Amino acid sequence: MSTLVKNIIRFVLFILVQYYVLDQVLLHQLATPYIYFLFIIWMPFNIGRKWQMFLAFLLGFTLDSFRHQPGFHAAACVLIAYLRPMLVKLLIPQEGTDANYEEPSPQSLGGFVRYFLFVTILTVAHHAWLFLLEAWQFGNIWYFLIKTILSTAISLLIILVTELLFVRKQKFKTNTV
Amino acid sequence: MRNVLLFIRRYATFLTFLLLQGFSIYLIVQYNKYHHAVFSSSMNKVTGAVNTQYNKIQEYLTLKQQNAKLSQANEQLLNRLKENFESADTANRTVVDSIALDTLGTRRKWRYYQAKVVAASVSAQNNFIVLHRGSNQQLKEGMGVLDPLNGVVGKIIEVTDDYAVVISLLSKTSDFKVDAKLKKGGETGSITWDGKEPNLVTLTNIRKSADVKKGDTVYTSGYTTTFQNGSMVGTVAEVIPEKSNNNFKIMVRTAANFYNLQYVNVIENIEKEKIETIVQQAAKKLGEGN
Repeated sequence: MSTLVKNIIRFVLFILVQYYVLDQVLLHQLATPYIYFLFIIWMPFNIGRKWQMFLAFLLGFTLDSFRHQPGFHAAACVLIAYLRPMLVKLLIPQEGTDANYEEPSPQSLGGFVRYFLFVTILTVAHHAWLFLLEAWQFGNIWYFLIKTILSTAISLLIILVTELLFVRKQKFKTNTV
Repeated sequence: MRNVLLFIRRYATFLTFLLLQGFSIYLIVQYNKYHHAVFSSSMNKVTGAVNTQYNKIQEYLTLKQQNAKLSQANEQLLNRLKENFESADTANRTVVDSIALDTLGTRRKWRYYQAKVVAASVSAQNNFIVLHRGSNQQLKEGMGVLDPLNGVVGKIIEVTDDYAVVISLLSKTSDFKVDAKLKKGGETGSITWDGKEPNLVTLTNIRKSADVKKGDTVYTSGYTTTFQNGSMVGTVAEVIPEKSNNNFKIMVRTAANFYNLQYVNVIENIEKEKIETIVQQAAKKLGEGN
């Protein structure tokens, strides 16, 4: 399957799963699970940074349209799309590895711990910015902090399960030109 | 000029980031202020179509509950029929008047429209419900929405050709408040939601002198043009005396269950415009007097 088709399918699936499954499951008001931004985390390395942000905006905006509250998720998605390439640069074991693999995974980031750290930072950033914007609209800082921590925990759990269920095999590309 | 261009090129990524963030925040502010962002009605069409497809499947899962609710609603309506009432005196025969506009001047004030729910949420800070019925099917902005058993659900804030968006009772925004009263004493207050637990709203502005107990019924007051007098909001779950003032904070368990709404009734106040015009005229008079 080509990268483009694969990512289009991911986009649609993540939005549908997020809105029709996770948004309907109510654990608690303070713990809302999010998974759709895994699309951004899994985006190929070789897309330009500006394009990554535009795609992230589109993803967030689509979810916002379903929820009838434009802006919130779009803003959070753009933020993590902006942070992602920097984190990749920081965490990648040796320079150029990102050219050898297609997208971030435990394999391409050199170990599960590194990859999990990568996902955790992005998840915290996404949730914090999202809930901060909501708190700015609706007030109360403690509510915001607890919500961020609990939601991050539950989202990470779901992402972990997803990673274990759908193992993405990464081909090693020797592209020494 | 050259420096400006160089600057833009150098920080292009960061500037794009700022631009997109700015646009997102603009959307948040804009949409919360006025319910009509430019794109929202066109986005509504797309998401509405997807929602309808999904709802076709989901509907089967709740058929049993829907059926129970409908038969309950039927029972209530049958009990209201005039045939059920008989006066002891045979000379006093009840005659059902079938003419809408009789000599005593009774006329229809409220009209019901049935609508199907295609999407609903309870987890956000402001919750919305999408109905598969729109301006082509007589729905208008500002109409009230009730569940099949006359429990308050919300108010229509936006209509497109075939869809309508309802702001639910579970919304923190200050734009939407429901005026409610206690059935027993008739004290009026207003219903808000604290954004925490779905199906549990707050009734404020009730004086501590009011006689209110757990389990009491809360109705809409009929002081606004959206709901008629006596649609059920819910039952009192907890009465908390406020320390800072002389009011109660009353937690109300909503009559409508927001988790499994499938069909709702939209009510139209046919006299709404008349009431609004007279209020405007009065306000104008007052303005002239000054």
